[in-house]
Amino acid sequence: MQSATSKRLRTNTWHRARKDIGNTLLLLFTALLAISFLFPFVWAILSSLKTGFEVVAYPPTFLPKVPQWYNYIQAWQEADLGRFFWNSTLVTGLSLIGQVASSFVVAYGFARFRFPGRELLFVLCLSGLMMPVYVTIIPLFTMFRALGWLNTFKSLIIPTYFGSAFAIFLMRQFIQSIPIEFDESALIDGASRWTILTRIIMPNCQPALATVAIVGFMSSWNAFLGPLIFLDSVNNYTLPLGLWFLKGTIDDALPRDHLLMAGAMITTFPVLLIFIFAQNYFIEGIVMSGIKG
Amino acid sequence: MTTSENTTPLSAARLPWRRGARRPMSASRRREAIQGYLYILPWIIGFIIFVAGPLFASLYYSFTYYPMLAKPSWVGLQNFTNAFFKDRIFWVSSWRTLLWAITTVPLGIVGSFFAALLLNRAVRLKTVWRVFFFLPSLTPEVAAAILWLWILQPDVGIVNSTLKAWLGMRGPNWLSSPDWALPSLVIISLWTGIGSIRMLIFLAGLQGVPQELYDAGMVDGVNWWQRIRHITLPMISPTMLLNLVLGIIGALQVFGLAFVTTGGGPAYATYFFGLHLYQTAFRSFDMGYGSALAWFLFTVILVLTLVQISLSRRWVYYAGDAGD
Repeated sequence: MQSATSKRLRTNTWHRARKDIGNTLLLLFTALLAISFLFPFVWAILSSLKTGFEVVAYPPTFLPKVPQWYNYIQAWQEADLGRFFWNSTLVTGLSLIGQVASSFVVAYGFARFRFPGRELLFVLCLSGLMMPVYVTIIPLFTMFRALGWLNTFKSLIIPTYFGSAFAIFLMRQFIQSIPIEFDESALIDGASRWTILTRIIMPNCQPALATVAIVGFMSSWNAFLGPLIFLDSVNNYTLPLGLWFLKGTIDDALPRDHLLMAGAMITTFPVLLIFIFAQNYFIEGIVMSGIKG
Repeated sequence: MTTSENTTPLSAARLPWRRGARRPMSASRRREAIQGYLYILPWIIGFIIFVAGPLFASLYYSFTYYPMLAKPSWVGLQNFTNAFFKDRIFWVSSWRTLLWAITTVPLGIVGSFFAALLLNRAVRLKTVWRVFFFLPSLTPEVAAAILWLWILQPDVGIVNSTLKAWLGMRGPNWLSSPDWALPSLVIISLWTGIGSIRMLIFLAGLQGVPQELYDAGMVDGVNWWQRIRHITLPMISPTMLLNLVLGIIGALQVFGLAFVTTGGGPAYATYFFGLHLYQTAFRSFDMGYGSALAWFLFTVILVLTLVQISLSRRWVYYAGDAGD
């Protein structure tokens, strides 16, 4: 006959074991799922390191026999991806500065100043997010054509210097979470609003600035429709556009998939790198922004 | 910060026939207002030039015949009647796009939600899995398209090769097959969409659910499904609504994925509304008709959004409400 204590011990350990098994199964399931999400990347990288004929061989090999690092050089030079990369860097770099700076200033205005119609204007700002891109892109095309901005980077860069709705929203939320007492005590000390912005608000806004920078970088680097419509000559193509162009030049006689894979990886690596280095800021920025509600 | 500082009881009492009338602003408030306008000036200018202006311009264009190189000439409702009654592709592309939205949005949201649920548990190496889930969403559309074109390649792609090697069967032609093209695109879209910002937003929402609710549930002896249905889901229903609205708006505009992978084929299987618009406006240079298509899409989006928001009162629970 068991004592009450030993019986309790047995059920306790059994429950704990069941919980442990459950947790381990969950871990396995999550890991499997996560790895299968990553697999296409892995496969693309492996394919990019194979020779043109190895990559289309059947049965397919998993690892390349000899890693063809030269594929990347070939994609960079012969397939002109180097030029597209430079174009993208220029466009994205300049766009980023414009987007972050202008959105920050505008967000400060919405967050710390009272003026008639403020809430209405802010709602108007957000409504821009819900508009389909097609409803403005045709007149934008004709307008840029009249201005002579077509086929230049101006059409892609200059609009970003006027604030981005998402960035404004995020930063306004963030600025509002900074206690107004900081501003008020600085005002009493005679600081100008601009000084408050640069000396007090900005240093405290780093997660929001980082998030906006990352999101802005991604949306600019990955952009396809805008460059497709506004850029004409291949020389000016940004990287996504160049990659699409490269795909179009494939002729079936010569397998070029390995180069395409290398190109796809070249296009993706910068975004991945930036994210991996800045992901803590990014997650913090999203949590604190309160987008969830 | 309240917005009603200007309507104190005192001012209403002074001018009883004008409720809500403002007292004249003090000099400092006027200065503050002017400065406020100055700070948001970049956005105002940008909004007028790049948003509002083009918006009304395209509305005007939609009532004209505008073959890009000539000036627009007024044709009234002809673009719209052409779309509804003469253009077969209009209906084909509309239906495809609707099908796309109905498939990818619910699947994507449910997928993101469950991924967030998984990551919310205290599994080991959580941050590693989170990164794995999120990385596909960072890929440029074009790169993802090319990647999957290669994976789903009918002859030498890894999927069909594996099917042939392990099961001895010949897999479908995926992106080259009229029946499988759309499902293939759905798969690609889910790959990039499930682990995306949407998942992170759900994760943040999940972490905001007060632990006391779960504790109360545990006391009452609920199982995991009841816990999700009665505690978790209601608490994150605002996030659900946001994702639903934004998801549908985004899904109806699908373009890049189809453009790069299938070009809209085969046999219009993936010829989305965006592709039709691009073709008419920028290949056939029929910009009047393209603008009409754009405004049709805009109207549909507006209507759908309003419908969703009004229906949302039934199922969305705002924890902060005092029951208004």
